[in-house]
Amino acid sequence: MNHLEVTGLVKRFGGLLATDHVDLDLARGEIHAVIGPNGAGKTTLINQLSGEILPDAGRIVFDGQDLTHEPPFRRARAGLGRSFQITSVFNDFSVLQNTALAVQAHAGHSFRFWKPAASERALTEPALAALRRVGLLDRAQVPVASLAHGERRQLEIAMVLATGAKCLLLDEPMAGMSPAESEAVVALLQELKGEHTILLVEHDMDAVFALADRLTVLVYGRPIATGTPDQIRNHPEVREAYLGEAEHR
Amino acid sequence: MASSAAARVFAIVLLAGLALVPALAAWVDQPFWVTLFTRILIFALAAMGLNLVLGFGAMVSFGHAMYLGIGAYAVGILSYHGVDNGLLQLMAALAVGGLVALGVGAICLRTSGMAFIMITLAFAQMLYFLAVSLREYGGDDGMQLKGRSLLGPLDLNNPTLLYYLAYALLLAVLLAFWRLVQSRFGMVLRGCRSNERRMASMGFATFRYKLSAYVISALVCVLAGMLMANLTRFVAPSYMAWTVSGELIVMTVLGGLGTLIGPIAGATALLLVEEWLSSLKLGVPWLDNVINQHWLALIGIFIVLVVLVLKQGIYGWLVAKKS
Repeated sequence: MNHLEVTGLVKRFGGLLATDHVDLDLARGEIHAVIGPNGAGKTTLINQLSGEILPDAGRIVFDGQDLTHEPPFRRARAGLGRSFQITSVFNDFSVLQNTALAVQAHAGHSFRFWKPAASERALTEPALAALRRVGLLDRAQVPVASLAHGERRQLEIAMVLATGAKCLLLDEPMAGMSPAESEAVVALLQELKGEHTILLVEHDMDAVFALADRLTVLVYGRPIATGTPDQIRNHPEVREAYLGEAEHR
Repeated sequence: MASSAAARVFAIVLLAGLALVPALAAWVDQPFWVTLFTRILIFALAAMGLNLVLGFGAMVSFGHAMYLGIGAYAVGILSYHGVDNGLLQLMAALAVGGLVALGVGAICLRTSGMAFIMITLAFAQMLYFLAVSLREYGGDDGMQLKGRSLLGPLDLNNPTLLYYLAYALLLAVLLAFWRLVQSRFGMVLRGCRSNERRMASMGFATFRYKLSAYVISALVCVLAGMLMANLTRFVAPSYMAWTVSGELIVMTVLGGLGTLIGPIAGATALLLVEEWLSSLKLGVPWLDNVINQHWLALIGIFIVLVVLVLKQGIYGWLVAKKS
């Protein structure tokens, strides 16, 4: 059974077909990259998987559970975690508080009114582990507002990891990172492979081809090809629609 | 919550100063001060309640005077029917207030932003006109209470005792909120203030936490309303006029939104300035006349100045100074 299975997903915005009958499946532990030119509907696809927008048609099945109509928090509870293309963290908290809050989302209910959350090791220890993993451990006590852009992107990933999600939906995790930072993320994702199922939306083609087990190419909301990196590289339609331009850059 | 040394000193001086009011009032022979400051404490308590949703949860409720009214009318109506046991009144007020807050909150929290402001206002107005229509309980004019609540050996007819009861409740709620905002619950509430979308995507069912915060905040205002009825021995629909909801917001913003001490500082500052301006005697008759008649406009100027100069309010400014 596939870990995540999307069938016949359709989303219209007025006259625009943003998601055009997308079929997508993620085997357990694989990294499945979704690539495509700007405006191909990649983020719209992730938003439907995470539940922030509801599809007009189609089905989303995760771990054998039909999540098509569930709100975002239920999907997160089921083990589907997402990161945001535009860093979306809690600006008035420290790095550790941000990450601990992600842990807290999956550590029982939060109707606890007396004990300071910062003193709960059940929250801070997994948070510190997630920060160590992305290389932000020495920045744990820093307020998020004073992080550099690359560090904020790392925090974004740490927070998804801290939720303990089994399947990660990563929306351009390397956007705006320096080459060194990107390399670190590639190494991290390499390490996470197998442990997590990952849907990766990314513009950095070197990273995508290095990491992905399979790729799906999206053009105007429609998947035009799915296959291994080699198959995609040699796919005529893909070369035409997408990779051709990329190689000229 | 980190705060600067100046903020800590301010908080201690403010709380200690409030503790000494009855003694000072007796010393300078101004018994009226005790009544004035009881009023200040009551509004501080209500503003603190409002601040939980307004400051820590970014839910702009423009209808919290409704809960002051529920507290006051619970005392008024029960005492009218001969139930003057304070504990019974308390239980009834909290039960009614809690149920109303649960229902109103569940509806209002389906919206956000401007719609939330308007719908909370609409509910408060509904309750206001309900109170106006209660002929038996004085209707528009309100009604005089036969007596104050009976609380075992505590005689609330003693102004000093009533003052310290309000003070003790204020401290208790302050302590509870100080713990609450750092607890898991507080982190969820503050997380929702900053980025509710992210909270949901991480797996929080944000609605139930925001609703709980709304109910807690309402119950604190219910308590304040009960004290208010006991202070004035009077209840009237004007307690839940929309202007009162507005004043509570002003106090909170003036003192420092999303800080623990802010609402206390704001309520104290606003009510003292009101009192001072409305009875100011500079010795220049025409000027005194203008000030005493148009003190509301001058308060407007005071508020604008504080918000422009200090931006985060009186106490919020001290807290932020650290960084």
